Amino acid sequence: MGKPQVLSLRASLGATLARELQLALSSPGKAVNPLMFFVIAVSLFPLGGRFEPEALGAMAPGILWVTALLAVMLSMEGLFRADYDDGSLEQLLLSPQPLYFHLLVKVFGHWLVTGLPLVLVSPVLALLLHLPEAGYPPLLLSLLLGTPTLSLIAAIGTALTVGLARSGLLLAVLVLPLSVPVLIFGAGLVDAVLNGLPAAGLLAILAALLALACSFAPLAMAAALRISVQ
Amino acid sequence: MWQWFYKLGSPRHFYEMTTGFLPWLSGVTFLLLAVGLVWGLGFAPPDYQMGNNYRIIYIHPPTALGAIWIYVMMASMAAMHMIWNIKVADMVAKSSALVGASYSAIALFTGAVWGKPTWGTYWIWDAKLTSMLILFFFYIGVMALRAAYDSETSGSKASSVLTLVGVVNLPIVYYAANWWSTLHQPISQLGERNGANPPEIYIPIFISGFGLIGLVFVMVIMQTRNEILWRERRAQWVQDLLKTELSHA
Repeated sequence: MGKPQVLSLRASLGATLARELQLALSSPGKAVNPLMFFVIAVSLFPLGGRFEPEALGAMAPGILWVTALLAVMLSMEGLFRADYDDGSLEQLLLSPQPLYFHLLVKVFGHWLVTGLPLVLVSPVLALLLHLPEAGYPPLLLSLLLGTPTLSLIAAIGTALTVGLARSGLLLAVLVLPLSVPVLIFGAGLVDAVLNGLPAAGLLAILAALLALACSFAPLAMAAALRISVQ
Repeated sequence: MWQWFYKLGSPRHFYEMTTGFLPWLSGVTFLLLAVGLVWGLGFAPPDYQMGNNYRIIYIHPPTALGAIWIYVMMASMAAMHMIWNIKVADMVAKSSALVGASYSAIALFTGAVWGKPTWGTYWIWDAKLTSMLILFFFYIGVMALRAAYDSETSGSKASSVLTLVGVVNLPIVYYAANWWSTLHQPISQLGERNGANPPEIYIPIFISGFGLIGLVFVMVIMQTRNEILWRERRAQWVQDLLKTELSHA
């Protein structure tokens, strides 16, 4: 018996990423649904009352951010579901490569498919909500830095609930309070720019939150998955 | 000392040690609460500025601070449970969640009742109020996650992880909310710096404050004892205990 062939870390991470993207391509609904949710939910807000364009524009950062947060959270529910059902999650836990990086790459792949489209479509929705022109760059930037953080936070909740049969609403109860800081600073960045306040610090905080989530969320996810898969 | 500490990790020893200790603690707590609250709410003079509104101070600050410190306690218990797999630590964490949720709910409620005559509104999206609300949600999340698991071990481990994630998150929530909006006054300094407060006002604050802190421990210990009896219900010592209890009754 020869020594078992072990994939290099880089190759295995590439395989994880490629798998994640391929799975998304093979069932496009998973990637499109969060986007559709985002578009439809945002367009409901102006219908909930008769708002002057200025009032709507002032609320636009909050509406877009809260809806993006919900869309990200709803999209994450399936992150580990299929892997858990068919046993490939166990293989991931058993693999000789560090789980930390695998989880990070997996969430990144999921964000590429679900989070990034939200960011890209947000300017169109901002147009519908009469967001003042100066708000577009900070909106894009804040979502670009914030949605990966939200994905990582939501992934912790997903990892904690993957063993449970119906986890949708429980996931919301767990994840939404944890996402409050990202929401405050994300929507706050847009607000600050619109009101002519200094915004560079907020951008730095959003980036810091992303760095913090990148370093700690995979640890919590790994611990949670080891509990869920027994 | 270490052995005493070590023994607390065993459910049976925890139960037996608290059996002797709990009546004293409950008695002192009850006395403190009775004296502090009756004195503070009934007999302490009204404040020259706020009139009778200020009497919230006998309940609100201790419960609000309690809600925060109970989370810290719960998180250290969760860490002990995760690291050393101490079952009693998990039972204490489980009991703390409910007490902590109640304390944060009381703090929110009393704050709202006080806010209406003083600030003119029940609720304001201020930093301290917002973080207390989020803290309340955290307690709810931890309890909901535990309740969702059928298996005791998985549920306890999962809620421990969530508790620890919350510890990292809570300071950020507080900082974020603080940046976002601030109306709540800073915590008042009692004693020398605040010479305006006569001793008839601030002595009952200490008494009722210690009473409310004692109440946390009484409730957590009582809940933990129940939890021990329930989880160890098939163990011989619990069976024996039940037999002697029943024969006394």
